[in-house]
Amino acid sequence: MVNFTVEDHDGNRQEIEAPDDMGFSLMEILKASEYPVLATCGGMALCATCHVEILEGKDELGEATDVELDQLENLPEYYPTSRLACQIRIGDILEGAVVKLRGEDVV
Amino acid sequence: MIHTDLCIIGAGPVGLFAVFEAGLLKMRCHLIDALPQVGGQLSEIYPQKPIYDIPGYPEVKAQDLVDNLMEQIKPFKPTFTLGERVDHLDKQEDGSYIVTTSDKTHVHAKVIVIAGGLGCFEPRKPVLDNLETFEGKGITYMVKNPETFRGKKVVLAGGGDSALDWTIYLSKVAEKVTLVHRNETFRGAPDSAAKVFDLASQGKIDLILSANLKEVGGNGVLNSVTLHDKAKTEIKIDADYLIPLFGLSPKLGPIADWGLSIDKNAIEVDTRDYSTGVERIYAIGDINTYEGKLKLILCGFHEAAIMMHSAFKYVYPDQKLSFKYTTVNGVNTF
Repeated sequence: MVNFTVEDHDGNRQEIEAPDDMGFSLMEILKASEYPVLATCGGMALCATCHVEILEGKDELGEATDVELDQLENLPEYYPTSRLACQIRIGDILEGAVVKLRGEDVV
Repeated sequence: MIHTDLCIIGAGPVGLFAVFEAGLLKMRCHLIDALPQVGGQLSEIYPQKPIYDIPGYPEVKAQDLVDNLMEQIKPFKPTFTLGERVDHLDKQEDGSYIVTTSDKTHVHAKVIVIAGGLGCFEPRKPVLDNLETFEGKGITYMVKNPETFRGKKVVLAGGGDSALDWTIYLSKVAEKVTLVHRNETFRGAPDSAAKVFDLASQGKIDLILSANLKEVGGNGVLNSVTLHDKAKTEIKIDADYLIPLFGLSPKLGPIADWGLSIDKNAIEVDTRDYSTGVERIYAIGDINTYEGKLKLILCGFHEAAIMMHSAFKYVYPDQKLSFKYTTVNGVNTF
């Protein structure tokens, strides 16, 4: 299992524990944890509705691919800490990370 | 006023296939979609992606599936209103509905079918003070008629294909075109990017890189756009129009105001016929929810078939519906 922290749109933080051996993406875990993540395209890095900021531990995650950067750079708001949650596999690399939700709230 | 049997809101794969199922029962359809083309997410988000779970197709490209569906429903002569969002549903005394779009198109229908997927795709907006004040008064998120910009000073913002393409196009029409992009390079089509750099070096457009929108100003109508460059220096540009092009994002939109029962951005339906709690309004495809719901195109197709048999009674109240196979009767056009 991997533990990391999620900060919602209102700034509330919650510790999340996720299995690291089932091939889940961070987007899937956020959705399963009832966070308002649209994930319109289902995880193809094509819609950017799972936009998050990695406030702590971004370097451990490695570089984003061109496809992902393509989406991120077209967003009105884009930060050096920005990533798409669907492109991050749940694994040791996420241990201790702090993830802040950025994608448009669904409500 | 457009008159039809069924008004289908959403022209994605499920909305399109619904026309086929309606057509087999001799019901005519008019489709409305907020996007300028049919196909919904498939055409807008992933046209070139292969889909592997459409029965009978081991693999089919999203856009090819849409094209095939259009071919399949041709015999039933569906009509379309594209690029307009449905804003209102008004119930008439006889139980039918009048649908009104954002561009004031009116459609009179006996039955409403909401096949709206994730809602309407709406432009992503930059976060700027007073943005709303100037929407429609200089700020626009879509180029509907390029002639609007003839002889005007236009600022475009964004770095994707549409920002590049419209910069190239409008450079021939507008008095002055400025493209603002937050990076030094473009990820859009390399050809278009090269053309934009050429236009800039020839002095035909102003290209401002590593800059962000900061402010919009004007007196009733837009007259200036202020940017911040990398060093946070302010650059103020005279502008009649600002076109932010940051892509599209789905929003439930006005559907939320139609008195339907909504759970987590989806419409609750009765699984016997995918009817909503409101008579003559059905919801099929990704927009609906029920116990065990799977957001799959093939489930939406199934829902469309079941739902049409239920809607028949509103279109032909005096007729008895007899179930027929296409293998026996073929596809009889109107």
